[in-house]
Amino acid sequence: MARRLASLAAVAALALTLSACTSGGQAKPSSTGGASGSISAGARGTVVLVTHDSFVISDALIAEFKLKTGYTLEQRAPGDVGVLVNQLVLTKDAPIGDVTFGIDNTFASRAVSNGVLAAYRSPAEGTSAAKFDLDSSNNLTPIDYGDVCVNVDHGWFSAKGIPEPVTLADLAKPAYKDLLAVENPATSSPGLAFMLATVSAFGADGWQGYWSQLKTNGVKIDAGWTDAYTVDFSGSSGKGSRPLVVSYASSPPDEVPAGGTTAPTGALLDTCFRQVEYAGVLAGAKNPAGAKAFIDFMLGDSFQAALPGAMYVYPVSSSVKVPDTWATFAPIPSSPFSMDPAQIDKNRDGWIQKWTDTVIG
Amino acid sequence: MTARGLEVSDVVVEYEAAGRWLPAVAGVSFDVVPGEVLGLLGPSGCGKSTLLRAIAGLERLVRGAVSWDGADLAPVPVHRRGFGLMFQDGQLFPHRDVAGNVAFGLQMAGLGPAERAPRVHELLAMVGLEGFERRQVETLSGGERQRVALARSLAPTPRLLLLDEPLSALDRALREQLAEDLARVLHETRTTAVFVTHDQDEAFAVADRIGVMFSGKLVQVGTAAELRAEGIDRSVRAFLGN
Amino acid sequence: MTARRWVGWGLVAAVPLAFLGLFFVLPTGTLIARGFSTGGSLDLSGFGEVFSRPRTWRIVGLTFLQATLGTVFAVGLGIPGAYVLYRRRFRGQWLARALVTVPFVLPTVVVGVAFRSLLAEGGPLGALHLDGTLAAIVAALVFFNYSVVVRTVGGFWAHLDPRAEQAARVLGAPPWRAFLSVTLPALVPAITAAASIVFLFCATAFGIVLILGGIRFGTIETEIWIQTTQFLNLRAASVLSVVQLVVVGAVLGVSGAARRRRERALHLTAVDAARERLGRADWAPAVVTGLVGAVLIALPMLSLVLRSLQTSHGWSLQNYANLATTGGRGVLTGTVWAALGNSVRTAFVATAIAVVVGALVALVVSRRPHSRSGRRAIETLDAVFMLPLGVSAVTVGFGFLIALHRPLGLDIDLRTWWGLVPVAQAVVAVPLVVRSLLPVLRAIDPRLRQAAAMLGASPWRVFQAVDLPMVRRALGLAIGFAFAVSLGEFGATSFLVRPDRPTLPIVIYRLIGRPGAENLGMALAASVVLAALTAAVMMLAERWRPASAMGEL
Repeated sequence: MARRLASLAAVAALALTLSACTSGGQAKPSSTGGASGSISAGARGTVVLVTHDSFVISDALIAEFKLKTGYTLEQRAPGDVGVLVNQLVLTKDAPIGDVTFGIDNTFASRAVSNGVLAAYRSPAEGTSAAKFDLDSSNNLTPIDYGDVCVNVDHGWFSAKGIPEPVTLADLAKPAYKDLLAVENPATSSPGLAFMLATVSAFGADGWQGYWSQLKTNGVKIDAGWTDAYTVDFSGSSGKGSRPLVVSYASSPPDEVPAGGTTAPTGALLDTCFRQVEYAGVLAGAKNPAGAKAFIDFMLGDSFQAALPGAMYVYPVSSSVKVPDTWATFAPIPSSPFSMDPAQIDKNRDGWIQKWTDTVIG
Repeated sequence: MTARGLEVSDVVVEYEAAGRWLPAVAGVSFDVVPGEVLGLLGPSGCGKSTLLRAIAGLERLVRGAVSWDGADLAPVPVHRRGFGLMFQDGQLFPHRDVAGNVAFGLQMAGLGPAERAPRVHELLAMVGLEGFERRQVETLSGGERQRVALARSLAPTPRLLLLDEPLSALDRALREQLAEDLARVLHETRTTAVFVTHDQDEAFAVADRIGVMFSGKLVQVGTAAELRAEGIDRSVRAFLGN
Repeated sequence: MTARRWVGWGLVAAVPLAFLGLFFVLPTGTLIARGFSTGGSLDLSGFGEVFSRPRTWRIVGLTFLQATLGTVFAVGLGIPGAYVLYRRRFRGQWLARALVTVPFVLPTVVVGVAFRSLLAEGGPLGALHLDGTLAAIVAALVFFNYSVVVRTVGGFWAHLDPRAEQAARVLGAPPWRAFLSVTLPALVPAITAAASIVFLFCATAFGIVLILGGIRFGTIETEIWIQTTQFLNLRAASVLSVVQLVVVGAVLGVSGAARRRRERALHLTAVDAARERLGRADWAPAVVTGLVGAVLIALPMLSLVLRSLQTSHGWSLQNYANLATTGGRGVLTGTVWAALGNSVRTAFVATAIAVVVGALVALVVSRRPHSRSGRRAIETLDAVFMLPLGVSAVTVGFGFLIALHRPLGLDIDLRTWWGLVPVAQAVVAVPLVVRSLLPVLRAIDPRLRQAAAMLGASPWRVFQAVDLPMVRRALGLAIGFAFAVSLGEFGATSFLVRPDRPTLPIVIYRLIGRPGAENLGMALAASVVLAALTAAVMMLAERWRPASAMGEL
């Protein structure tokens, strides 16, 4: 009997050893990052950034940050902006990082009202950046902005000899029947922004009526940006069947072939909704000083200059130059739609519900 | 300890049917002395196979005890009892060849390949399968399989060999032939054995003494002559056919 | 003795139970519990709220409808496939077996785009008007899960002694009759195992339902995702999670009952039963399998491969060359090849964990105790380890983040532990490992184990001598499945992975989420690489046999 028990215990032990062995083998690379916010060799420690899954920072910039401040940057990215904010809310008693980037004006109020953030006014925030401030509480620091706009396939319209639409109202006209693809605001961030643009344009009383017209006019609803842009949009390499799609003002430069001088697609600048992305120090951060240092760094010239290339957004700082192709192919809309974040937060879920009732039925 | 062999006292084994526990073996006692072959004879469903499995340690005793040379076997797990068991359908290991099957028990006993080979050879010779070492078990006939199973059971020289209807899956002519061989081998090797069968000719051919089981009870134990001479239970007599 | 033996089995069961408890029950339970507490007290009003919405009932109904249709078609088409690929032999069979598995690991977003490209207005199959229909969703579900049926049933079938069916033929039964009356009943344990897995996969399908179905074909899973990630409505999400658990529990109960009715020791052969060449008499299953392979499996994959070879300058391998870069304008932090390396390393760890844990579970669950309470304990254990397949990845992902900071009061923060990614993947892979091993383990005649024990083999050596050789093929299959699950897992991984060390599906997702022909081309090329890697792993796993631990004489 003792032998039997011993041999069974051996199976269990084998299992443990196996997993232990493998963990030993893998533990090494991550230990340099100081996984649980512990001390990193020789420097001042680690700053843990919690961001969304579209965040990109080059190794060169991480190295520069370390050189300037002595902090090692470590990243977490649990999902899109909605997942990011909800995760911060759910873990606010024991935050998994020090600083966050990527909360935008459509979700900002949820983060602020849940007490996820600690106030910080960065000395690096210049007047050009301050224009984008959420409010006077200094909970969130603006870093970049971009616009969600209807994109148009120039070639399609010129081939058909139909003038391109200009305004939101045009999209509901019979001339543009079955031409537009949009994303579901319940599952997509640009979809939400476009819905907010229509609320802003047609008012709390009129926007649902506008969507009824769009529906009659054959609008195609997709779950996310990827299938709208790569499957349905005729201007992307997917060569879909619809020449109008909700995307970003910054998308057209990427459709310009190498060495090309004209853009095959463009953004309709009167259909845009302005999205501003913010950074903030997390309440309860283990390394608040490091968090502040990273926010200062994000407002610095080298990070700001890299934003268009890395994340397809405009820098809030006016002291850096955007790429030439952007000036040509991605002009900034002069008067995009926008909305008070507190109003968005209050009404977002209700509007999505109403949108669903109107459009999906 | 003296060599008292197997002692089965008041053994009860139950099985579950439709949510109720029913006795399969209902208080059976008997002894088997070293070197003796005891036959357990009875109709199918009388509990004789269950009793055999209980002796092997494969069934839980509700009551009673099984002991060897006076030592209670309750705390001894199956593989440490030093008993052998031969199934009705052999249960050869399909992924091992003939020699691999016969040598298995020797391997478990810690014998090296050099010691195993001559023993395997000797046993295969004894069961009439000389030169079958490398044959795959899938290619054997039914009779050959049972011979391999017998050789496999005998290889580690078990202190008690339990045989569960070892011949009943074979045809009549083969059965008679094999019954003779079995009796010879058991006596040559002076193996203590309990032999379960529903065929009285087989029992009389192989066993020194025979216990007759009926409805979970051992109704009588004796030599073939005693059984024939003495008057016994009418239902048993009906089954025995005299 | 019996009591002590159960202590021994209890110890074997303790390892997987601890694993599941810490990495599944605790996180999921914590998140669900949070949805039911308001200011620290229990609040079940969410149930009334959620169930009073007609949408909830519609979604529950749709979930059942989708999952049932997906399962019925996957099983119905998968059984002929298992016959052709595992019971007959033909030239190139090994390749066919590997290719069939590939869809299982493809990122849903890629499959969604591939399907929609075929079905959308203006696409090659646009005239069928299947875009955004239930048929499209079901087709995609079958595409993903066909291999689960083919491999689970085929792996078992390959071992089945053909003589019973031959006996029926000799007794005058035509082939279909012999199949229905002899072979099919013998396959029931493997079929129910496959069907329950497929049902759970279909019921929790997420990305594919969103992309192909839009919001009209929402399921419990998509609703949980929207309620949790967009609305932060944990009350509704928790209620829906409970509904999901009830559905999963019901499915497991039904499949368990169906299996137990059929369960008995079957005559399995240790080596593959001799397989006949695919012949004229096999035309029916061969045609079905050929059609499924060509239309459902090959067509979407072929369109994927072709598109990966297209660039704005015509046909070229440029997209593959770009995998050594970080994407157009540096979308990625590392190259795609680096991500592939991360994926493979993670998959090795996840597979090791899943196979050890899964094998222990399968061993315990394959026992047949005498007592009714023992049997009940084993049935419960069996079902409990299937639950991770039926619970939303978003619930598990968020659960990890809120529960694994100081779990059980220990002063450690597991949320940032590197091992959490492979562990999360292993949690999903364990049920597949268990389901791959269990039908074979259960079909081993217990008397074979008893024969070994009677010859002096300890339980460990019985396992080595009897169980291990019998499950060798199934073990290879289990390892392949676990590896494939890990390679393809996206849901839970996306919550936990460090952005500077992404896995391949994460990178594909990122690339396909950006404008520009170059990024899309890279995403498609990376998907083809992932598919090829999976096929290669599956081929290896199928040929791999652990050396018999006993060292054959």
